[in-house]
Amino acid sequence: MIEPMAQANKQRRPDRAALVIAAGLLALALLVAWDASRLGAGGAYARIGPQTIPYLIAVCLAGLSAWTVVAAYRHSFPEREPQEFAPVLWIVGGLVAQMALIKFTGFSIATGVLFAMTARGMGRVSLPLALLSGILISAFVWFVFARLLQLTLPAGPLEHLMLEGADIITAPFRSAPGGAA
Amino acid sequence: METFALLLQGLAVAAQPINLLYALVGVTLGTAVGVLPGIGPATTVALLLPVTYKLDPAGSLIMFAGIYYGGMYGGSTTSILLNTPGESASIVTALEGNKMAKAGRGGPALATAAIGSFVAGLIATIALAFLAPWVVKFALAFGPREYFALMVLAFVTVSAAFGDSALRGLTSLFIGLTLGIIGIDLQTGQARMSFGIPDLLDGVEVTTLAVAMFAIGETLFVAAQGKRAPETVEPVRGSLWMSATDWARSWKPWLRGTAIGFPIGAMPAGGAEIGTFFSYAVEKKLSRHPEEFGNGAIEGVAGPEAANNASAAGTLVPLLTLGLPTSATAAIMLAGFQQYGLQPGPLLFTSNPQLVWGLIASLLIANLMLIVLNLPLIGLWVKLLTIPKPWLYAGILLFATLGTIGANPSVFELGMLLVFGLLGYGLRLFHFPIAPVVVGLILGPMAEQQLRRALAISQGDVMVLFTSPISATLLIAAALALIVPAILRARGKGQVLAEVAADGD
Repeated sequence: MIEPMAQANKQRRPDRAALVIAAGLLALALLVAWDASRLGAGGAYARIGPQTIPYLIAVCLAGLSAWTVVAAYRHSFPEREPQEFAPVLWIVGGLVAQMALIKFTGFSIATGVLFAMTARGMGRVSLPLALLSGILISAFVWFVFARLLQLTLPAGPLEHLMLEGADIITAPFRSAPGGAA
Repeated sequence: METFALLLQGLAVAAQPINLLYALVGVTLGTAVGVLPGIGPATTVALLLPVTYKLDPAGSLIMFAGIYYGGMYGGSTTSILLNTPGESASIVTALEGNKMAKAGRGGPALATAAIGSFVAGLIATIALAFLAPWVVKFALAFGPREYFALMVLAFVTVSAAFGDSALRGLTSLFIGLTLGIIGIDLQTGQARMSFGIPDLLDGVEVTTLAVAMFAIGETLFVAAQGKRAPETVEPVRGSLWMSATDWARSWKPWLRGTAIGFPIGAMPAGGAEIGTFFSYAVEKKLSRHPEEFGNGAIEGVAGPEAANNASAAGTLVPLLTLGLPTSATAAIMLAGFQQYGLQPGPLLFTSNPQLVWGLIASLLIANLMLIVLNLPLIGLWVKLLTIPKPWLYAGILLFATLGTIGANPSVFELGMLLVFGLLGYGLRLFHFPIAPVVVGLILGPMAEQQLRRALAISQGDVMVLFTSPISATLLIAAALALIVPAILRARGKGQVLAEVAADGD
């Protein structure tokens, strides 16, 4: 599967990214094994307990790690295309911002920020426009899902404002007995 | 015929006005989301699961059936009008379909895909209805060791038997299995891999993982490719209708595709894609116009598209009768069942027949609705395809996080979404398959329970797994599924396996 050219160029050095993956798998194996070692046995006569399968998984992960090392030296991992990291950082930043904001600003504003930063990461867009449309779309989505489909979505100042607005608008219709709850 | 009576009862459930409405909403949403570029059926069902959270179980599953079939239809529209090789279940459709669209025959391509999917969905759903009770009878004889052996077979076929590398498939699977042990051990109540974090005690949600891996991982991956490969939507020119020759050339591939796709889906072998590749190869061989293949042969759209839908219905056989998900989509559907405390399997057919048969009947109804909706609304779906990338992916992330918060309103859950999204990006970068991670997460704990039960019965004697003929046969099949492809790859015939890689769904 490897073109002769690439093989000739890289023959001396192992695939470093694959070695990093192998190290990660080994670390995961050790973590699973360490965690399993803390568990008590399942019962007096059960030879198989809660720790058995984790140990098995740890052994397999270690084996896969060794296999990946072999693959790294044989260069049998597919070629990677060059990646652009700036767009990825925009999107990851958007997700982090949403996490940080959602408790304080509610769903719409936090998700609007995520929307704007994702759009910015994906192409040339005007940030203020993206932010505004993101907040408006999120507010609409919040209203549909939190009010009509009754999902629990965090509410903030904007959401409370919307609820009050909706209350005022629907007030005349609700005066009848047995009306909308 | 008992099956007929049950199916009629199911139709009576599915035909209730409210359930028809759920099915209609399901197919419309499913098509609308499935048509978006880069979103396959698995992502569609994962993204839309939250819509069904507050419905009753029957309504929710009926809507879900609609979303599933709608997502499949939407995917084929995308691959015909927009050459998106990212969508594995319809890669083959893109081969010929996109060529047809470029040659101004997008209308007949969409029509043959839609009608082929309808024919396949109809036949395969009826086949599902007749096969399921038979498998259920068989499955009632299954004990823990047989279930364990069956799950081992599913693990191997989902991860290692197909695809271009057993190493990467197995690595994905074991990442999923590792995530599966997080949480409280059901038998002893001890916390595993939780590190004192209370949010981890309930384990990793399948939907969170699926949304993160598919929606967020894909978004990050697309973003990282920058401006490479500009995509152009092929306008649908001319008539939508198929000519007499188109019909004559399509109907046999539809039936052959169904005959190929359904058994492959119904076996615990995983993936809707494999059948599409076989169907394509068969059509190419049987065609009287082999020179047209690669330049827009209608058989190359009709056959694989039928196979695709037939095997999607086929995967419901192991899912409903054995509780065994063999694709990422089926894994998410299983999670959908579990949110109502329902465990698919032989017992569900006896304890909750209305639900099961209502679901099967609503697949028939969803299929019918799609053929009515899809072709007239094609203009709308094309518009959805032309949403500029920034807005499209911003919207996808909005809905991805919405689903996660809606299921579990905690910042920690969002953090997991981000971490698994980055993991999904990394896996894509190094060509690790995604589906084994999702299947491993949901099936791993189930396999562990069955193994521990089997060994508790035998008082720890591992040989018990091999003394039952059924479980011994299944384990041997699993070993063969691991060894034979390894020999093929070593002999340099791995190309064939790489081509039938089960990747996205």
